[in-house]
Amino acid sequence: MSSISGRLLQTFLSYGVRILLLLLVVSIIAFALVCLSPVDPIQQYILGVGSVSAEQREELEDYWGVNDAPVERYMNWLTALLHGDFGVSLLYRRPVLDIIGERFLNSIALMFSSWLLSGVIGFTLGCLMGMYRERMTDRILKKICYILSSIPTFWLGLILLLVFSVYLKWFPIGFSSPIGITSSEVSLWQRLYHLALPAITLSLMSFSQIALHTRQKLIDVMESDYVLFARSRGESRFTVLRRHGLRNIVLPALTLQFASFAELFGGSVIAENVFSYPGLGSAVSAAGLNSDVPLLLGITIFSTLFVCIGNMIANLLYGVVDPQIREAQS
Amino acid sequence: MTKYINRRVLVIILTVLIAVVVASAFLASIFISDSDVEPDFSNTQLPPSLEHPFGTDWLGRDLFLRTLKGLSTSLTVGVIASVISAVAAILIGVASAVGSKFIDSVITWLIDLIMGVPHTVLIILISFACGRGLKGLLVGIAVTHWTSLARLIRGEVLQLRTQQYIAVSRRLGKSSGWILVNHLLPHLVPQFIVGLILLFPHAILHEASISFLGYGLPPEQPAIGIILAESTKYLSAGIWWPAVFPGLLLVVIVLLIDRLGENLRILIDPYSAHE
Repeated sequence: MSSISGRLLQTFLSYGVRILLLLLVVSIIAFALVCLSPVDPIQQYILGVGSVSAEQREELEDYWGVNDAPVERYMNWLTALLHGDFGVSLLYRRPVLDIIGERFLNSIALMFSSWLLSGVIGFTLGCLMGMYRERMTDRILKKICYILSSIPTFWLGLILLLVFSVYLKWFPIGFSSPIGITSSEVSLWQRLYHLALPAITLSLMSFSQIALHTRQKLIDVMESDYVLFARSRGESRFTVLRRHGLRNIVLPALTLQFASFAELFGGSVIAENVFSYPGLGSAVSAAGLNSDVPLLLGITIFSTLFVCIGNMIANLLYGVVDPQIREAQS
Repeated sequence: MTKYINRRVLVIILTVLIAVVVASAFLASIFISDSDVEPDFSNTQLPPSLEHPFGTDWLGRDLFLRTLKGLSTSLTVGVIASVISAVAAILIGVASAVGSKFIDSVITWLIDLIMGVPHTVLIILISFACGRGLKGLLVGIAVTHWTSLARLIRGEVLQLRTQQYIAVSRRLGKSSGWILVNHLLPHLVPQFIVGLILLFPHAILHEASISFLGYGLPPEQPAIGIILAESTKYLSAGIWWPAVFPGLLLVVIVLLIDRLGENLRILIDPYSAHE
C-alpha cells in the first residue's frame, strides 16, 4: 500500500518538476515575444491617461524600466511573479491576478459545462455510431460530425446567436449576467441562462472528435472474436455494449477529453468574444489588442498551467488504461 | 449511389470541385477591381437580391464580391501557412527520427511545449510580437500547426529504419544521406501530401478566427473573418445576411478540402480506415 502511494507521490513530483520547467520556458518565450513587439507600452499607457509632458514620460520610462536590458527586465518580472505579483493591468487598472481570478471563475463555468456536455453527447453518439456501423444512423451522424468539425467556432456562435437570441429571443445576446445588477445579486439561474448559448456552441464544436474516436474504438471491440461469440450466444447489441464495450472505451474517451484542454481554452477565447462573455478568453484578446502586456503575459502563463494539468491527468489515465505505459513510467 | 462512386472517383470529383472553387475565387479577386467594392451609401444593408446575391453591408459594399475577395485572401494565407508548417514538420520529424538522441529529445520536448500553450493564445502572442499584420498571422499559424504532422512523420521514419532494405543499404556502404534521399523520403511523400491537405482546413479556420478577433489583417482588407466580425454589430438588428453567407462559403470550402484529405489518406493507408 505504502509503495503505491509512494509511487504516486513520485509520479506527481516528476510531473510537477516538468510543469514548472515548461512554465519557466513559456514565460521566457512569451516575454521575448512581447519584447520583440514594435508596440510602445508607454504610448499605450499615455493613451489611457491623457497627455503627459516629456519629463513625466521619462519618469514613467524609469518607473517601468523600459530602457533596461531585456534580460534584466525579465529577471525583475520573474522575481515579482514568484512573489505572486503579476503586475497591474493597463487596460483594467487592477492587479492582473485579481482579474485572472475573477474571470477564471466565469471561464471555468463555461469550459466545464461545455466539456461535460461535449463529453456526454460525443460519447453517446460515438456508441450509437459504433453499434450501428454503416447503417443509416451511423452515416447521418458521421456526416454531421464531419460538417461540425469544418465549421469555425465563431461562425457557429453567430448563427446560434442569430437564431436563438435575435429571432426566437430564447437566450440573451451576451454577457455572463444581466446588465445593471451587481454580481452578488445575480441568481444562479440567471447565470446558467446567460451561460447556456456559449456553452452549447463550445460543446457542439468539440463533440465530433470524441464521437469519432469512440466510434472507432467501439468498432474495434465489435469486430473482436469475443463479441462475435457473445452475439452468437444471443446477446443483444445493448448487452454487448454494456458488458464488453463500455469497459473498453470509457477510459480512452476520458483521456482524450482531458487531453483536449488546449482546444477547449482556444475555443473559449473565440466563443467568449462572440458572446461578449467576461471570461479569460475575452480578456486575453482585449489585452493583445490594447497592448496590455502584464495581462497578456499573465493569462499566457495561466492558460499554459491549465493545459498542462489537463495533459498530466490524461497521461496518468493512460497509465491506468495501459499497463505497458504504466511499466514504462515507473 | 455509393455503388457507382468509389473512393478514387470521389477523390477526383472533390479535387475538380476544389480546383473550380479556388480558381474562381482567385480569378474573381483579379477581375474585381477595388471600385466594385467601394462604399455606396445609397444602397446600405440591402437584403440578398438578384443584383446583390449576398446582399450589401453597412457601407453599401456588395457582399458577394467582397466575400470572394476575402476568400482569396484567406486561401492565400492558408496555403502559405500550411506549406510552411508541412515543410517544417517533415524536416523536424525526419531530424528527430534520424538525428542523435539529444536532438530527438529536444524536438519531442519542443512539440510538448507548443502543444502545452493553447494555440489561440500563442497566435495572439506571436501576432502581438509582429505588430499585428499579415506576417504575424502567417508566422503564428505556421508555428502552431506543424507539431502533429511532425510526430506522425517521426513515427513513420522510426518504423522505416528497422526495415531490412535499409540495413542492406547500410551494409552495402551507402551513406546516411543517400539512404535518406533514396529510401526514406520517397516513402514520406504520400504522408506529406495528405498532411499538407489536412493542415490546410485547420490553417484557414485559425486564420478566420484570429482575423475575427481583430488580429492579423487590417480592417479595410476583405477577409472572411473581418466581414464576419463587422456583421456582429448589426446582428441584433436582425441583419442576418452578412453573417450567414460568407461563413457558409468558408465552411463549404473547408469541408471539401477536409473530405479530400481524409479520403486520400484512406486510399493511401487502407488499413487505418476499417474498410
